[in-house]
Amino acid sequence: MESATVGFDQRIAAGVKIEPRDEMPEAYRKTLIRQISQHAHSEIVGQLPEGNWISRAPTLQRKAILLAKVQDEAGHGLYLYCAAETLGVARSELVADLLSGKAKYSSIFNYPTLSWADIGAIGWLVDGAAILNQIPLCRCSYGPYARAMVRICKEESFHQRQGFDILLKLCRGTTAQKDMAQDALNRWWWPSLMMFGPPDEQSSHSAQSMAWKIKLISNDGLRQKFIDQTVPQADFLGLRVPDDHLRWNEETGHYEYGPINWEEFQQVIRGNGPCNRDRLETRRRAHQQGAWVREALDAHAQKQTARG
Amino acid sequence: MLFEVFIRSQHGVAHKHVGSLHAPDAALALDNARDVYTRRNEGTSIWVVPSSAITAGSPDDKQPLFEPAQSKIYRHPGFFPVPPEVKNL
Repeated sequence: MESATVGFDQRIAAGVKIEPRDEMPEAYRKTLIRQISQHAHSEIVGQLPEGNWISRAPTLQRKAILLAKVQDEAGHGLYLYCAAETLGVARSELVADLLSGKAKYSSIFNYPTLSWADIGAIGWLVDGAAILNQIPLCRCSYGPYARAMVRICKEESFHQRQGFDILLKLCRGTTAQKDMAQDALNRWWWPSLMMFGPPDEQSSHSAQSMAWKIKLISNDGLRQKFIDQTVPQADFLGLRVPDDHLRWNEETGHYEYGPINWEEFQQVIRGNGPCNRDRLETRRRAHQQGAWVREALDAHAQKQTARG
Repeated sequence: MLFEVFIRSQHGVAHKHVGSLHAPDAALALDNARDVYTRRNEGTSIWVVPSSAITAGSPDDKQPLFEPAQSKIYRHPGFFPVPPEVKNL
């Protein structure tokens, strides 16, 4: 067993991908199952805030685009559940853990979508943050996860651009429309920064995950990158980033930013965000209401098999 | 029995279909696949799948299967014009 671990560490160090049938430490397998399934759950629950606006999109084209985006999120959830299943866990267990509240998903999806501009802000900020998080994962040490990430990243680019496009339209529109965009930025900015996770010194899993190459850039490193590339985009839109401490530091070549309310983050993770209960109830209801479809499909498949 | 052969050409990439071969069982199919398809070190991993286990879409269904995606060009990021001043999007 010891020699297997040595071989594993050498493979990781050499940048060789770990594949499902390779020997791997139990802790690596467990950590990956947790990480990939949380990621999958986030894609699935992430459909809900946006799904809220499908029926109220301002034009038929925007509606078709939003439908396509939400459909992509479902697909991303499926790629990721499959990647997790290569580690020997059953899909039904993962779904059960989500529905029971045992499993976590990204805290950002526990915030409400109050206006159409929120759909723009989610695409621009939330998907923008997700892309920064996911691009390094295309190089992570676990083959099936890395390959799922490649596919997802390609599709996310559409998501971010459609979000920016929504906000661009609103910001070039009436005062009321621009105010709506500003209000969305005000509400989504800080939760988006929290998406990268706690500060590095408080991040409990980081060191081991970085050694295993299933996390490649630190939380704070990614957060800084996000701020650096997003603030100029906000400037272009003519929107104000809601941070009084925000300022460009000529020497470091980075933006300085104000303190993040980590207490809020902890509260949302613990289930006390504005929509936690609603999101889980919606997922549970959907699962229950879909039960007859799954049963009918199984019955049909059995009948077909019996007929030969 | 006919088997379809999939090879992972290098670490990190997915298995890719390379062809098929005959063998009496899966174990021999693996051995044969090694000899037929990886003589020049083309692979790091081999999968063999009985051809009969593959359900393929019918070429006649091509239109109903794939045509609906053609009109949904907004699924491609290039559909949304990005002003030249905006970077990293």
